[in-house]
Amino acid sequence: MAGKPKLHYTRGRGKMESIRWLLAAAGVEFEEEFIEKKEDLEKLRNDGSLLFQQVPMVEIDGMKMVQTRAILCYIAGKYNLYGKDLKERAWIDMYVEGTTDLMGMIMALPFQAADVKEKNIALITERATTRYFPVYEKALKDHGQDYLVGNKLSWADIHLLEAILMTEELKSDILSAFPLLQAFKGRMSNVPTIKKFLQPGSQRKPPSDEKSIANVRKIFNI
Amino acid sequence: MSGKPRLTYINGRGRMESIRWLLAAAGVEFEEIFLQTREQLLKLGQDGSLLFHQLPLVEIDGMKLVQCRAILSYIAGKYNLYGKDLKERALIDMYVEGISDLMQLILMFPFSPPEAKEKKIATIAEKATERYFPVFEKVLKQHGQDFLVGNRFSWADVQLMEAILAVEEKVPSVLSGFPQLQAFKTKMSNMPTIKKFLQPGSPRKPPPDENYVATVMKIFKLD
Repeated sequence: MAGKPKLHYTRGRGKMESIRWLLAAAGVEFEEEFIEKKEDLEKLRNDGSLLFQQVPMVEIDGMKMVQTRAILCYIAGKYNLYGKDLKERAWIDMYVEGTTDLMGMIMALPFQAADVKEKNIALITERATTRYFPVYEKALKDHGQDYLVGNKLSWADIHLLEAILMTEELKSDILSAFPLLQAFKGRMSNVPTIKKFLQPGSQRKPPSDEKSIANVRKIFNI
Repeated sequence: MSGKPRLTYINGRGRMESIRWLLAAAGVEFEEIFLQTREQLLKLGQDGSLLFHQLPLVEIDGMKLVQCRAILSYIAGKYNLYGKDLKERALIDMYVEGISDLMQLILMFPFSPPEAKEKKIATIAEKATERYFPVFEKVLKQHGQDFLVGNRFSWADVQLMEAILAVEEKVPSVLSGFPQLQAFKTKMSNMPTIKKFLQPGSPRKPPPDENYVATVMKIFKLD
Protein backbone atom coordinates (compact mmCIF):
# COMPACT_ATOMS: atom_id res chain seq x y z
CA MET A 1 0.00 0.00 0.00
CA ALA A 2 1.47 3.35 -1.03
CA GLY A 3 1.37 6.48 1.07
CA LYS A 4 3.85 8.29 3.24
CA PRO A 5 6.56 6.32 5.01
CA LYS A 6 5.69 5.76 8.66
CA LEU A 7 8.41 5.84 11.30
CA HIS A 8 8.14 3.93 14.58
CA TYR A 9 10.46 5.08 17.36
CA THR A 10 10.57 7.12 20.54
CA ARG A 11 10.23 10.90 20.37
CA GLY A 12 13.97 11.37 20.58
CA ARG A 13 16.78 11.36 18.05
CA GLY A 14 18.50 8.07 18.70
CA LYS A 15 18.98 5.80 15.73
CA MET A 16 15.98 7.20 13.88
CA GLU A 17 17.30 10.73 13.48
CA SER A 18 19.56 9.94 10.50
CA ILE A 19 16.52 8.45 8.79
CA ARG A 20 14.46 11.59 9.46
CA TRP A 21 17.31 13.68 8.02
CA LEU A 22 17.59 11.59 4.87
CA LEU A 23 13.87 11.53 4.14
CA ALA A 24 13.61 15.24 4.81
CA ALA A 25 16.60 16.07 2.62
CA ALA A 26 15.08 13.95 -0.14
CA GLY A 27 11.91 16.03 0.17
CA VAL A 28 9.85 13.05 1.33
CA GLU A 29 7.02 13.71 3.76
CA PHE A 30 6.66 11.08 6.46
CA GLU A 31 4.47 10.19 9.43
CA GLU A 32 5.65 9.21 12.87
CA GLU A 33 4.17 6.93 15.51
CA PHE A 34 5.89 7.43 18.83
CA ILE A 35 6.70 4.77 21.38
CA GLU A 36 5.91 6.56 24.64
CA LYS A 37 5.86 3.61 27.01
CA LYS A 38 6.95 -0.01 27.24
CA GLU A 39 3.53 -1.29 26.23
CA ASP A 40 3.83 0.46 22.87
CA LEU A 41 7.04 -1.46 22.12
CA GLU A 42 5.50 -4.70 23.34
CA LYS A 43 2.54 -4.21 21.05
CA LEU A 44 4.79 -3.78 18.02
CA ARG A 45 6.67 -6.91 19.01
CA ASN A 46 3.54 -8.98 19.57
CA ASP A 47 2.08 -7.79 16.28
CA GLY A 48 5.06 -9.34 14.55
CA SER A 49 5.99 -5.95 13.12
CA LEU A 50 9.62 -6.01 14.21
CA LEU A 51 11.78 -8.55 12.42
CA PHE A 52 14.39 -8.68 15.19
CA GLN A 53 12.17 -7.25 17.95
CA GLN A 54 13.89 -3.89 17.61
CA VAL A 55 13.26 -0.35 16.43
CA PRO A 56 13.80 1.75 14.33
CA MET A 57 11.09 0.37 12.09
CA VAL A 58 9.93 2.18 8.97
CA GLU A 59 6.85 1.20 6.99
CA ILE A 60 7.73 2.03 3.40
CA ASP A 61 6.61 0.68 0.03
CA GLY A 62 4.75 -2.22 1.57
CA MET A 63 7.69 -3.30 3.71
CA LYS A 64 8.22 -3.09 7.46
CA MET A 65 11.90 -2.27 7.34
CA VAL A 66 14.17 -2.57 10.33
CA GLN A 67 17.92 -2.09 10.91
CA THR A 68 18.98 1.52 10.54
CA ARG A 69 21.56 0.95 7.85
CA ALA A 70 19.23 -1.15 5.71
CA ILE A 71 16.58 1.55 5.93
CA LEU A 72 19.02 4.34 5.07
CA CYS A 73 20.47 2.37 2.13
CA TYR A 74 16.98 1.79 0.75
CA ILE A 75 15.99 5.44 1.01
CA ALA A 76 19.29 6.58 -0.49
CA GLY A 77 18.88 4.17 -3.39
CA LYS A 78 15.25 5.03 -4.00
CA TYR A 79 15.77 8.79 -4.03
CA ASN A 80 18.99 8.83 -6.06
CA LEU A 81 21.25 9.83 -3.21
CA TYR A 82 23.54 6.81 -3.57
CA GLY A 83 25.87 7.74 -6.39
CA LYS A 84 25.76 6.71 -10.03
CA ASP A 85 27.67 3.41 -9.87
CA LEU A 86 29.26 0.84 -7.57
CA LYS A 87 32.43 2.84 -7.01
CA GLU A 88 30.60 6.03 -6.03
CA ARG A 89 28.45 3.90 -3.76
CA ALA A 90 31.59 2.52 -2.13
CA TRP A 91 32.84 6.03 -1.40
CA ILE A 92 29.48 7.09 -0.02
CA ASP A 93 29.41 3.96 2.15
CA MET A 94 32.90 4.65 3.50
CA TYR A 95 32.14 8.27 4.29
CA VAL A 96 28.84 7.36 5.97
CA GLU A 97 30.49 4.66 8.09
CA GLY A 98 32.91 7.32 9.39
CA THR A 99 30.18 9.78 10.35
CA THR A 100 28.18 6.87 11.80
CA ASP A 101 31.08 5.98 14.10
CA LEU A 102 31.42 9.61 15.19
CA MET A 103 27.70 10.13 15.81
CA GLY A 104 27.49 6.77 17.56
CA MET A 105 30.00 7.97 20.13
CA ILE A 106 27.92 11.10 20.75
CA MET A 107 24.65 9.18 20.98
CA ALA A 108 26.08 6.97 23.70
CA LEU A 109 26.97 9.90 25.98
CA PRO A 110 23.63 10.42 27.76
CA PHE A 111 23.73 6.81 28.95
CA GLN A 112 27.15 7.06 30.55
CA ALA A 113 28.21 7.89 34.10
CA ALA A 114 29.52 11.42 34.61
CA ASP A 115 33.22 10.55 34.77
CA VAL A 116 33.08 8.23 31.75
CA LYS A 117 31.07 10.86 29.89
CA GLU A 118 33.66 13.55 30.51
CA LYS A 119 36.45 11.30 29.27
CA ASN A 120 34.46 10.40 26.19
CA ILE A 121 33.62 13.99 25.32
CA ALA A 122 37.36 14.67 25.18
CA LEU A 123 37.86 11.56 23.06
CA ILE A 124 35.04 12.56 20.69
CA THR A 125 36.53 16.02 20.25
CA GLU A 126 39.91 14.49 19.50
CA ARG A 127 38.50 11.95 17.07
CA ALA A 128 36.37 14.53 15.30
CA THR A 129 39.29 16.89 14.75
CA THR A 130 42.05 14.36 14.08
CA ARG A 131 40.38 11.31 12.55
CA TYR A 132 37.06 12.23 10.95
CA PHE A 133 36.77 15.87 9.92
CA PRO A 134 40.20 15.96 8.27
CA VAL A 135 39.02 13.23 5.89
CA TYR A 136 36.03 15.22 4.68
CA GLU A 137 37.97 18.50 4.58
CA LYS A 138 40.58 16.79 2.38
CA ALA A 139 37.94 15.21 0.12
CA LEU A 140 36.40 18.61 -0.54
CA LYS A 141 39.82 20.20 -1.02
CA ASP A 142 41.08 17.52 -3.40
CA HIS A 143 38.21 17.82 -5.89
CA GLY A 144 37.12 21.37 -5.16
CA GLN A 145 33.47 20.46 -5.65
CA ASP A 146 30.45 21.30 -3.53
CA TYR A 147 29.59 17.71 -2.63
CA LEU A 148 31.58 14.81 -1.28
CA VAL A 149 31.00 12.30 -4.09
CA GLY A 150 30.39 12.60 -7.80
CA ASN A 151 29.70 16.34 -7.83
CA LYS A 152 26.16 15.65 -6.73
CA LEU A 153 24.21 15.73 -3.47
CA SER A 154 24.28 12.31 -1.84
CA TRP A 155 23.54 10.54 1.42
CA ALA A 156 27.17 11.18 2.43
CA ASP A 157 26.66 14.96 2.39
CA ILE A 158 23.44 14.81 4.40
CA HIS A 159 25.00 12.49 6.96
CA LEU A 160 28.08 14.72 7.26
CA LEU A 161 25.94 17.80 7.88
CA GLU A 162 24.05 15.94 10.59
CA ALA A 163 27.36 14.89 12.17
CA ILE A 164 28.77 18.42 12.03
CA LEU A 165 25.72 19.92 13.73
CA MET A 166 25.67 17.19 16.36
CA THR A 167 29.36 17.65 17.13
CA GLU A 168 28.92 21.44 17.29
CA GLU A 169 26.27 20.93 19.96
CA LEU A 170 29.06 19.38 21.99
CA LYS A 171 31.72 21.94 21.13
CA SER A 172 30.56 24.95 19.19
CA ASP A 173 33.93 25.80 17.60
CA ILE A 174 34.73 22.27 16.49
CA LEU A 175 35.02 23.38 12.85
CA SER A 176 37.49 26.17 13.57
CA ALA A 177 40.34 24.42 11.74
CA PHE A 178 38.20 23.29 8.81
CA PRO A 179 37.36 26.16 6.44
CA LEU A 180 35.98 23.94 3.69
CA LEU A 181 33.67 22.15 6.12
CA GLN A 182 32.45 25.52 7.34
CA ALA A 183 31.63 26.48 3.76
CA PHE A 184 30.07 23.04 3.22
CA LYS A 185 27.89 23.51 6.29
CA GLY A 186 26.74 26.89 4.97
CA ARG A 187 25.90 25.52 1.53
CA MET A 188 24.15 22.44 2.78
CA SER A 189 22.08 24.40 5.28
CA ASN A 190 20.71 26.38 2.35
CA VAL A 191 19.59 23.39 0.29
CA PRO A 192 15.82 24.07 0.33
CA THR A 193 14.73 20.72 1.78
CA ILE A 194 17.44 20.85 4.42
CA LYS A 195 16.74 24.49 5.22
CA LYS A 196 13.13 23.55 5.85
CA PHE A 197 14.18 20.66 8.12
CA LEU A 198 16.40 22.99 10.14
CA GLN A 199 13.55 25.36 10.89
CA PRO A 200 11.45 25.18 14.06
CA GLY A 201 8.33 23.08 13.64
CA SER A 202 9.99 20.47 11.46
CA GLN A 203 10.22 16.83 12.43
CA ARG A 204 13.84 17.24 13.50
CA LYS A 205 14.19 16.20 17.12
CA PRO A 206 16.02 18.17 19.84
CA PRO A 207 18.97 16.76 21.79
CA SER A 208 17.80 14.41 24.53
CA ASP A 209 17.13 15.69 28.03
CA GLU A 210 17.24 13.79 31.32
CA LYS A 211 13.52 13.05 31.30
CA SER A 212 13.52 11.53 27.81
CA ILE A 213 16.63 9.47 28.61
CA ALA A 214 14.96 8.10 31.72
CA ASN A 215 11.95 7.13 29.63
CA VAL A 216 14.13 5.46 27.00
CA ARG A 217 15.86 3.44 29.73
CA LYS A 218 12.47 2.30 30.96
CA ILE A 219 11.09 1.38 27.55
CA PHE A 220 14.16 -0.54 26.38
CA ASN A 221 15.29 -1.90 29.74
CA ILE A 222 18.70 -0.23 29.59
CA MET B 1 45.88 -1.49 -11.76
CA SER B 2 43.90 -4.69 -11.58
CA GLY B 3 44.85 -8.03 -10.11
CA LYS B 4 43.67 -9.92 -7.11
CA PRO B 5 42.10 -8.01 -4.23
CA ARG B 6 44.59 -7.53 -1.42
CA LEU B 7 43.49 -7.75 2.20
CA THR B 8 45.45 -6.13 5.02
CA TYR B 9 44.68 -7.23 8.58
CA ILE B 10 46.11 -9.36 11.33
CA ASN B 11 46.35 -13.12 10.98
CA GLY B 12 43.00 -13.91 12.52
CA ARG B 13 39.27 -13.65 11.93
CA GLY B 14 38.21 -10.37 13.50
CA ARG B 15 36.42 -7.94 11.23
CA MET B 16 38.08 -9.29 8.10
CA GLU B 17 36.62 -12.78 8.22
CA SER B 18 33.23 -11.86 6.72
CA ILE B 19 35.12 -10.31 3.80
CA ARG B 20 37.18 -13.47 3.32
CA TRP B 21 33.96 -15.50 3.35
CA LEU B 22 32.26 -13.31 0.76
CA LEU B 23 35.19 -13.21 -1.64
CA ALA B 24 35.68 -16.95 -1.30
CA ALA B 25 31.99 -17.67 -1.80
CA ALA B 26 32.08 -15.48 -4.92
CA GLY B 27 35.00 -17.58 -6.17
CA VAL B 28 37.41 -14.65 -6.03
CA GLU B 29 41.05 -15.34 -5.22
CA PHE B 30 42.74 -12.80 -3.00
CA GLU B 31 46.07 -11.98 -1.39
CA GLU B 32 46.61 -11.21 2.27
CA ILE B 33 49.06 -9.08 4.21
CA PHE B 34 49.22 -9.80 7.94
CA LEU B 35 50.33 -7.06 10.28
CA GLN B 36 52.42 -8.14 13.23
CA THR B 37 53.44 -4.88 14.87
CA ARG B 38 51.80 -1.60 15.83
CA GLU B 39 54.47 0.23 13.87
CA GLN B 40 53.24 -1.38 10.67
CA LEU B 41 49.72 -0.12 11.38
CA LEU B 42 50.92 3.38 12.14
CA LYS B 43 52.99 3.42 8.97
CA LEU B 44 49.91 2.52 6.92
CA GLY B 45 48.11 5.39 8.59
CA GLN B 46 50.91 7.79 7.70
CA ASP B 47 51.01 6.52 4.11
CA GLY B 48 47.45 7.74 3.72
CA SER B 49 46.33 4.19 3.00
CA LEU B 50 43.78 4.10 5.79
CA LEU B 51 40.97 6.60 5.43
CA PHE B 52 40.07 6.55 9.13
CA HIS B 53 43.31 5.01 10.40
CA GLN B 54 41.55 1.69 10.89
CA LEU B 55 41.59 -1.80 9.49
CA PRO B 56 40.28 -3.81 7.64
CA LEU B 57 41.75 -2.49 4.41
CA VAL B 58 40.95 -4.06 1.05
CA GLU B 59 42.69 -2.90 -2.10
CA ILE B 60 40.40 -3.68 -4.98
CA ASP B 61 39.81 -2.17 -8.42
CA GLY B 62 42.21 0.70 -7.77
CA MET B 63 40.53 1.68 -4.49
CA LYS B 64 41.74 1.41 -0.92
CA LEU B 65 38.48 0.41 0.74
CA VAL B 66 38.00 0.57 4.48
CA GLN B 67 34.98 0.02 6.74
CA CYS B 68 33.65 -3.56 6.66
CA ARG B 69 30.17 -2.76 5.48
CA ALA B 70 31.42 -0.58 2.64
CA ILE B 71 33.81 -3.33 1.57
CA LEU B 72 31.20 -6.09 1.82
CA SER B 73 28.58 -4.02 -0.05
CA TYR B 74 31.03 -3.36 -2.86
CA ILE B 75 31.97 -7.02 -3.20
CA ALA B 76 28.32 -8.10 -3.05
CA GLY B 77 27.39 -5.58 -5.73
CA LYS B 78 30.31 -6.41 -7.97
CA TYR B 79 29.80 -10.17 -7.88
CA ASN B 80 26.00 -10.13 -8.19
CA LEU B 81 25.30 -11.26 -4.66
CA TYR B 82 23.12 -8.27 -3.82
CA GLY B 83 19.72 -9.13 -5.28
CA LYS B 84 18.12 -8.00 -8.52
CA ASP B 85 16.53 -4.73 -7.38
CA LEU B 86 16.22 -2.26 -4.52
CA LYS B 87 13.66 -4.32 -2.63
CA GLU B 88 15.74 -7.50 -2.71
CA ARG B 89 18.70 -5.43 -1.65
CA ALA B 90 16.64 -4.11 1.26
CA LEU B 91 15.88 -7.66 2.42
CA ILE B 92 19.52 -8.68 2.08
CA ASP B 93 20.59 -5.58 4.02
CA MET B 94 18.10 -6.28 6.80
CA TYR B 95 19.16 -9.89 7.13
CA VAL B 96 22.86 -9.05 7.02
CA GLU B 97 22.50 -6.28 9.60
CA GLY B 98 20.64 -8.59 11.96
CA ILE B 99 23.24 -11.32 11.59
CA SER B 100 25.94 -8.68 12.10
CA ASP B 101 24.48 -7.83 15.48
CA LEU B 102 24.74 -11.50 16.46
CA MET B 103 28.27 -11.77 15.05
CA GLN B 104 29.26 -8.70 17.07
CA LEU B 105 28.72 -10.73 20.25
CA ILE B 106 31.03 -13.42 18.91
CA LEU B 107 33.59 -10.85 17.77
CA MET B 108 33.82 -9.33 21.24
CA PHE B 109 33.76 -12.64 23.10
CA PRO B 110 37.53 -13.34 23.16
CA PHE B 111 38.09 -9.98 24.84
CA SER B 112 35.78 -10.55 27.78
CA PRO B 113 37.32 -11.47 31.13
CA PRO B 114 37.41 -15.23 31.93
CA GLU B 115 34.75 -14.95 34.64
CA ALA B 116 32.30 -13.34 32.20
CA LYS B 117 32.76 -15.87 29.43
CA GLU B 118 30.18 -18.41 30.55
CA LYS B 119 27.51 -15.75 30.78
CA LYS B 120 28.46 -14.39 27.36
CA ILE B 121 28.07 -17.81 25.78
CA ALA B 122 24.63 -18.04 27.34
CA THR B 123 23.75 -14.64 25.84
CA ILE B 124 24.97 -15.73 22.42
CA ALA B 125 22.92 -18.91 22.66
CA GLU B 126 19.85 -16.99 23.76
CA LYS B 127 20.07 -14.33 21.08
CA ALA B 128 20.76 -16.90 18.38
CA THR B 129 17.91 -19.22 19.32
CA GLU B 130 15.31 -16.62 20.31
CA ARG B 131 15.94 -13.58 18.17
CA TYR B 132 17.93 -14.35 15.04
CA PHE B 133 17.71 -17.99 13.95
CA PRO B 134 13.90 -18.13 14.23
CA VAL B 135 13.68 -15.31 11.68
CA PHE B 136 15.69 -17.19 9.05
CA GLU B 137 14.04 -20.51 9.87
CA LYS B 138 10.71 -18.86 9.16
CA VAL B 139 11.90 -17.17 5.96
CA LEU B 140 13.17 -20.47 4.55
CA LYS B 141 10.04 -22.33 5.62
CA GLN B 142 7.69 -19.75 4.15
CA HIS B 143 9.10 -19.64 0.64
CA GLY B 144 10.54 -23.16 0.61
CA GLN B 145 13.50 -22.05 -1.49
CA ASP B 146 17.16 -22.88 -1.03
CA PHE B 147 18.30 -19.30 -0.57
CA LEU B 148 17.10 -16.50 1.69
CA VAL B 149 16.30 -13.88 -0.96
CA GLY B 150 15.00 -14.02 -4.50
CA ASN B 151 15.58 -17.74 -5.02
CA ARG B 152 19.20 -16.95 -5.67
CA PHE B 153 22.49 -17.15 -3.81
CA SER B 154 23.30 -13.83 -2.14
CA TRP B 155 25.44 -12.11 0.49
CA ALA B 156 22.73 -12.87 3.05
CA ASP B 157 23.21 -16.62 2.60
CA VAL B 158 26.99 -16.33 3.00
CA GLN B 159 26.64 -14.21 6.12
CA LEU B 160 24.10 -16.57 7.67
CA MET B 161 26.31 -19.58 6.95
CA GLU B 162 29.30 -17.87 8.58
CA ALA B 163 27.18 -17.02 11.62
CA ILE B 164 25.78 -20.53 11.99
CA LEU B 165 29.27 -22.05 12.02
CA ALA B 166 30.61 -19.38 14.37
CA VAL B 167 27.80 -19.88 16.88
CA GLU B 168 28.11 -23.67 16.64
CA GLU B 169 31.73 -23.36 17.70
CA LYS B 170 30.45 -21.93 20.99
CA VAL B 171 27.09 -23.71 21.23
CA PRO B 172 27.36 -27.01 19.34
CA SER B 173 23.69 -27.93 19.55
CA VAL B 174 22.37 -24.50 18.61
CA LEU B 175 20.61 -25.70 15.44
CA SER B 176 18.74 -28.50 17.17
CA GLY B 177 15.41 -26.66 17.00
CA PHE B 178 15.90 -25.43 13.45
CA PRO B 179 15.46 -28.10 10.76
CA GLN B 180 15.37 -25.58 7.88
CA LEU B 181 18.66 -24.07 9.01
CA GLN B 182 20.20 -27.52 9.31
CA ALA B 183 19.25 -28.23 5.69
CA PHE B 184 20.46 -24.77 4.70
CA LYS B 185 23.81 -25.39 6.38
CA THR B 186 24.22 -28.65 4.49
CA LYS B 187 23.32 -27.09 1.14
CA MET B 188 25.70 -24.18 1.69
CA SER B 189 28.50 -26.52 2.73
CA ASN B 190 28.15 -28.32 -0.56
CA MET B 191 28.31 -25.27 -2.80
CA PRO B 192 31.65 -25.65 -4.58
CA THR B 193 33.19 -22.32 -3.57
CA ILE B 194 32.09 -22.63 0.04
CA LYS B 195 33.11 -26.28 0.20
CA LYS B 196 36.58 -25.24 -0.92
CA PHE B 197 36.71 -22.48 1.71
CA LEU B 198 35.77 -24.94 4.42
CA GLN B 199 38.66 -27.25 3.61
CA PRO B 200 42.02 -27.11 5.37
CA GLY B 201 44.53 -24.88 3.64
CA SER B 202 41.97 -22.28 2.61
CA PRO B 203 42.24 -18.61 3.66
CA ARG B 204 39.63 -19.25 6.35
CA LYS B 205 41.08 -18.41 9.75
CA PRO B 206 40.81 -20.55 12.89
CA PRO B 207 38.77 -19.48 15.93
CA PRO B 208 40.48 -16.75 17.97
CA ASP B 209 42.90 -17.94 20.65
CA GLU B 210 45.02 -16.19 23.29
CA ASN B 211 47.67 -15.38 20.73
CA TYR B 212 45.10 -13.60 18.54
CA VAL B 213 43.82 -11.57 21.49
CA ALA B 214 47.34 -10.56 22.45
CA THR B 215 48.13 -9.49 18.88
CA VAL B 216 44.96 -7.43 18.62
CA MET B 217 45.62 -5.71 21.94
CA LYS B 218 49.18 -4.93 20.90
CA ILE B 219 48.50 -3.68 17.40
CA PHE B 220 45.24 -1.81 17.97
CA LYS B 221 46.23 -0.65 21.45
CA LEU B 222 42.89 -1.47 23.04
CA ASP B 223 42.51 -0.75 26.74
